[in-house]
Amino acid sequence: MKFFERLLGHRYKPSSGKVAKERLRLVLAHDRTDISPALLETLKDEIITVISRHVAIDAQGVQVTFSQSAHESRLVADIPLLTRRRRRKR
Amino acid sequence: MSAKVITITSGKGGVGKTTVVANLGVALAMRGQRVVVIDADVGLRNLDVMLGLENRIVYDLVDVIEGRCRLRQALVRDKRLAELFLLPAAQTRDKSAVRPDDMIRICGSLREQHDFILIDSPAGIEMGFRYAIAPADEIIIVTNPEVSAVRDADRVIGLIEAEEKGPVRLIINRIKPDMVRRGEMLDIADVVELLAIDLIGIVPEDKAILISANRGQPLALSSDSSLAGRAFHNIARRLRGEDVPFLTLHEPGIFERLLAFRLRFVRPVGD
Ligand SMILES: Nc1ncnc2c1ncn2[C@@H]1O[C@H](COP(=O)(O)OP(=O)(O)O)[C@@H](O)[C@H]1O
Ligand SMILES: [Mg+2]
Repeated sequence: MKFFERLLGHRYKPSSGKVAKERLRLVLAHDRTDISPALLETLKDEIITVISRHVAIDAQGVQVTFSQSAHESRLVADIPLLTRRRRRKR
Repeated sequence: MSAKVITITSGKGGVGKTTVVANLGVALAMRGQRVVVIDADVGLRNLDVMLGLENRIVYDLVDVIEGRCRLRQALVRDKRLAELFLLPAAQTRDKSAVRPDDMIRICGSLREQHDFILIDSPAGIEMGFRYAIAPADEIIIVTNPEVSAVRDADRVIGLIEAEEKGPVRLIINRIKPDMVRRGEMLDIADVVELLAIDLIGIVPEDKAILISANRGQPLALSSDSSLAGRAFHNIARRLRGEDVPFLTLHEPGIFERLLAFRLRFVRPVGD
């Protein structure tokens, strides 16, 4: 079937059961935390402010995300430091 | 000997909580257990009609709370089964008439003389849900294999975990094996994986459930007549700590393999 669909150029349509599961995975990830994309931005800005006070960081490169599995969720902040060499280059 | 208090809840309405409570109450009582089923859905009572006991109600839960009768007087005995009692909900009041402490007190005084107290929780996550889970030693979440029911179940599980209540186990109700087979429905493994809690039962979609509800005779009363009836008896046995394999809902194969895999997550919870 799939072979013929592809042959005829039809788009492969995943089963509704699979679609349901994938949609739920995302919905639950958001439901399980109260962290909206806007809040993530706020957190990022404040983290940059606080850390820059003590360490030289690459503010452009900072990323704050949350990751979610069945058993835990975590907030991940990825903060590139400005090394001496990079600073000299600039 | 002290009863185990089990609250049956779901978040979403209409997923089968009352059906589960009625049938588990019957199935446990048929196994010689002394059971009280409490309808905690004040204002929207249904457990009485599901059990066919609606004509025998004199007092209700709120009468007990407000001191118009003693607890014993409000219990309706099911004549078909020596040791099954119903504590009905008030129909003309609302959920503000009940507080968590009331439920804890009532269950406390029922514990000594019974083996199981099953509480039929209202839908939602508001006050009714709160007082229904307050006295629980154990919680059963009922869900259907569909997006909105699973989402609501997840929300409720989160709230229960935040209150450090539990253990929490899952019943997936209204599984349609032919749709699962065609990939048109979430399957059991999907739901268990998404919700990440132990499974205690699976109940297939079964017209006989509606018919038995019409008659006020829970399916579990006639034990071997249907797959759904057997599913309830199996859950009752698991509640007593027995290790019972899950039903195979269609040709053995995919399902059986998935279920065998999930089986090891189901541990008897007990004394
Ligand atoms: N496994 C099932 N198969 C078919 N119908 C079902 C099943 N479980 C529940 N129902 C029907 O779904 C409806 C809602 O069930 P109910 O137990 O009242 O849900 P809740 O208490 O969660 O609101 C009822 O009409 C009931 O007969
Ligand atoms: Mg109900």
